[in-house]
Amino acid sequence: MASAEDRRRLTTRLRGLHAAVFVLFGVLVGVFWFFQVVQHAKFQEMAENNHQRTLALRAPRGVIFDRNGEVLVENRSAFNISIVREHTRDLDRTIRLLAQVTGMDEAQVRDTVERHRREPSYRPIVVVHDATLAQVAAVTARRLDSELPDVVVQEVPTREYPAEALAAHLIGYVGEASDQQVTDDGLGTGAIVGQSGVERVYNRRLMGADGARRVVVNSVGREIRTLEEQPPTEGQRLRLSLNAAMQRAAEDAFKAYGYWGSAVVLDPRSGDVLALTSLPAYDPNDFSTGIDRATWAALNTDKLRPLQNRAIQGRYSPGSTFKIAVAAAGVEEGVVTPDYKVFCPGGANFYGRYFKCHLAGGHGWMDMRHALEKSCNVYFYTVGNMLGVDKLHAWSERLGLAGKSGIDLPNEIESIVPSTEWKRARTGEKWYAGETISVSIGQGQLSVTPMSMAVMMATVANGGTRVVPRLVTAVDDGQGAGWQAVPPPPSPVQGAAMKPETVAALHDGLWMAVNGAGTAGRARIAGRDVAGKTGTAQVISNQGKARAGATDRDLRDHGWFVFFAPRDNPEVAGVVFAEHSEHGYLAAPIAKHVMETYFAQKDGLPLPTLKLPAAPAAPVPAPVPTGPVRAAATTAAFQP
Amino acid sequence: MFERRLYFHIDWLLIGAVYALCALGLAMIYSATGGPTGIYWTQVYAIGLGMVAMVACLAIDYRSLGDKSHWIYLAIILTLAWVLFFGAVRGGSRRWIDLGAFNLQPSEFAKAAVALVLAKMLGESQRRAITNNDLLFAAILTAVPLLLIARQPDLGTAVTLVPILLTITYVAGMPVRYLAVLALVAAVSAPVAYQFGLEDYQRERIVTFLDPELDPRGGGYQQIQARITVGSGGLWGKGFMGGTQGQLRFLPVAHNDFIFSVLAEEQGFAGVVVALGLYLFVIVRSIEAARLAKDRLGAYLVLGVLASFTFQVVYNITMSAGLVPVKGLTLPLMSYGGSSMIATLAGFGLILNVRMRRFTN
Repeated sequence: MASAEDRRRLTTRLRGLHAAVFVLFGVLVGVFWFFQVVQHAKFQEMAENNHQRTLALRAPRGVIFDRNGEVLVENRSAFNISIVREHTRDLDRTIRLLAQVTGMDEAQVRDTVERHRREPSYRPIVVVHDATLAQVAAVTARRLDSELPDVVVQEVPTREYPAEALAAHLIGYVGEASDQQVTDDGLGTGAIVGQSGVERVYNRRLMGADGARRVVVNSVGREIRTLEEQPPTEGQRLRLSLNAAMQRAAEDAFKAYGYWGSAVVLDPRSGDVLALTSLPAYDPNDFSTGIDRATWAALNTDKLRPLQNRAIQGRYSPGSTFKIAVAAAGVEEGVVTPDYKVFCPGGANFYGRYFKCHLAGGHGWMDMRHALEKSCNVYFYTVGNMLGVDKLHAWSERLGLAGKSGIDLPNEIESIVPSTEWKRARTGEKWYAGETISVSIGQGQLSVTPMSMAVMMATVANGGTRVVPRLVTAVDDGQGAGWQAVPPPPSPVQGAAMKPETVAALHDGLWMAVNGAGTAGRARIAGRDVAGKTGTAQVISNQGKARAGATDRDLRDHGWFVFFAPRDNPEVAGVVFAEHSEHGYLAAPIAKHVMETYFAQKDGLPLPTLKLPAAPAAPVPAPVPTGPVRAAATTAAFQP
Repeated sequence: MFERRLYFHIDWLLIGAVYALCALGLAMIYSATGGPTGIYWTQVYAIGLGMVAMVACLAIDYRSLGDKSHWIYLAIILTLAWVLFFGAVRGGSRRWIDLGAFNLQPSEFAKAAVALVLAKMLGESQRRAITNNDLLFAAILTAVPLLLIARQPDLGTAVTLVPILLTITYVAGMPVRYLAVLALVAAVSAPVAYQFGLEDYQRERIVTFLDPELDPRGGGYQQIQARITVGSGGLWGKGFMGGTQGQLRFLPVAHNDFIFSVLAEEQGFAGVVVALGLYLFVIVRSIEAARLAKDRLGAYLVLGVLASFTFQVVYNITMSAGLVPVKGLTLPLMSYGGSSMIATLAGFGLILNVRMRRFTN
């Protein structure tokens, strides 16, 4: 058997192995000590990052009410389908599979992901907004199969706007914050913010504060349990000055009578906007879940410009409605009294040129009241000439017709009533007195928004106080204090009201235009003493019309109707602008329907309905006019 | 066959430590798989079968086994060859014999067979010192099953045969300078092999190992996760079934290759020290058995069995801390795996066998 030498060698070598094993295990203990005790904090944090996620809980935006507490805008639950790249091994495959499962265009999905590539990988990239139930079901099934572990379905509150695009331009719409908004307003990427209308102006209040949920997820990103949850804070509630019934009445009437255009109705006592419409409109619901490219492109290229808020972004020639400003200026400046008479033989000579009245035979002797009733050009040529263009400009501003109304809506454009200075600044030329004659009847280089027209009517109606139209009257911040009134903005014009004789003459003249032998009889409401005036905004000059000949473009004039009621102590004042209606009196029935609605609601009577044929609801898309008015109207750029 | 007095020489302490490790592994499997699942029960049965195998290996005198070692070796070689052609395929490799109720992995039993045949060959040699011819023959005896296993392919198990050869030849008197030369050759050839002998994906694996952050989603993932798992355990651990890395599947095959990481996460450094202590005790106690062995055959057999065991333990524990490349090498006695458990317990049966019979003739 084994010799002693053998035995010795074995023992020595065993001792070597023995020592080696001890060394190895000593090293192992050291390694584990280093990782588990020395570097524990670092690995602890890495482990937590591994399995804990903070998910944003989107705050519902504030609910918007009309003045009577009717809900205009609220929130509904929608499902978003997103990719969380954190656990993605093959992004290409995920995109391909997701596009296939949801029936979306793969290139579009890829594009969406590409746009958000720089964001942290734990932030979900929303691929499908407002997914259908079928899409949600398809994705959920694949998720459970672990085929799409990096795709999540999230329930998010989503804006729900009124049906039929009611008050679309006024309410506005929401959308993902642009890169600039993210930088300027310190918003998170992907935040949903107001992009237009009240949604944009009051975005800070409406937004609320997003909440957060800390969850434990497993290695494929599936949520295992919630660690803590901080619920989101709903945005502040807004109460608008808007009267939903009147708004609806205005939009219904436009559709029933077959015009596009705009209507603005104010409470002349406060400046509250009771109705504000611009047609054609867009559906804000298309935006609340992220508008698709085709719809967006269609809205932008539509020749009818549905994205434009005509009430504050459309500028048109005021036509005869400007005579109200001329009359007010004449009496207030003391160049005439309401009883001052002018003889109208059917036209008159000024500065070597003959200016016609619209009535070929002439109106005969006219005082201010009758001149307003009959819209006599010669009377206003005369008064305008006595005043000069600068006083007309000053009074237009004083009444709210020139400049901006200051309404709490974005991107309002200025209304223009020329002055000598304005012309010099614009063309470098001096003003010719002869130009004032055309201006006196609302022709020439005047260009005003329906909103400014409504403000002028409110000023005239309330006896001279220039109001600032406003939409938001109260805010409820949800802190339990209830509705807090928002103080009305101060009037931009200081000074006393107009002279009583001015007010009386204007009120009488405008009342006669509706209730006497004037042009606006179609707005008459028994017992309501409606006062008003029609006007026609030339789309193209008569010579131009002849030149254009038989084109397919709609060159018919626009019709204005401005109004307030009742004549004594007016409660509503406003304007209806009907595109291509040719005559102002055709716009009057729209105003009448809105006023009837107002009075019926006030008296607690059933609201009036339109008896006109319901179909066709909307006019045949009218060809786009060109010409000076059109050019002026395009100055307001729409911001997506 | 089983004399009564032999019973008093059974090393109960070693058996106790071995089954303590089995129990520890079972508890970790329970935790990592989330309760008494099929995996858990399979392991319980495997331990039971392992006990039977252990008793069987204990009962037959290792010297009679040594006499039949060439038949046992031949049987294993044939089985491995058979598996190569007719074995059951799982995850791309052909390693198993489908026995209906369970699958047997013959490569696990090859370790003991190789240890036995080498111990017999070198232990009963009449020459005073080991010759180069002996070494060459021993190397060939090891290389045949090694290549067969590597062809399955199962490089991890194949490599565990190498320590058996090295350890037995070392204690059999192989000059130390051979080992030094071997180490030198390995050191010199490594860069050459890296450059010319490896496929791109294999090179990539090595690069990833050296700097896992280069590819944290792909190849480096397991390594990083293993280190996080171990490190986040801290001194006292996150508690039984309280781990996040293992429970939430950040660590792949937690119940198998990374069972020690799970232990480190849930039981902390304290648990690690206990487990390492048990393994160290088992190894040292087995070396003691080799020292006490009546003959060289016994000593070599013990050391051969112990060599592959120790190699696997050290490699797997190092891997579970993310310090060596991830290879499909399980942790003996703790990892999930029926064949491995049975073969390992059978191996300890042989070790006990040698110690128990140290006074017999």
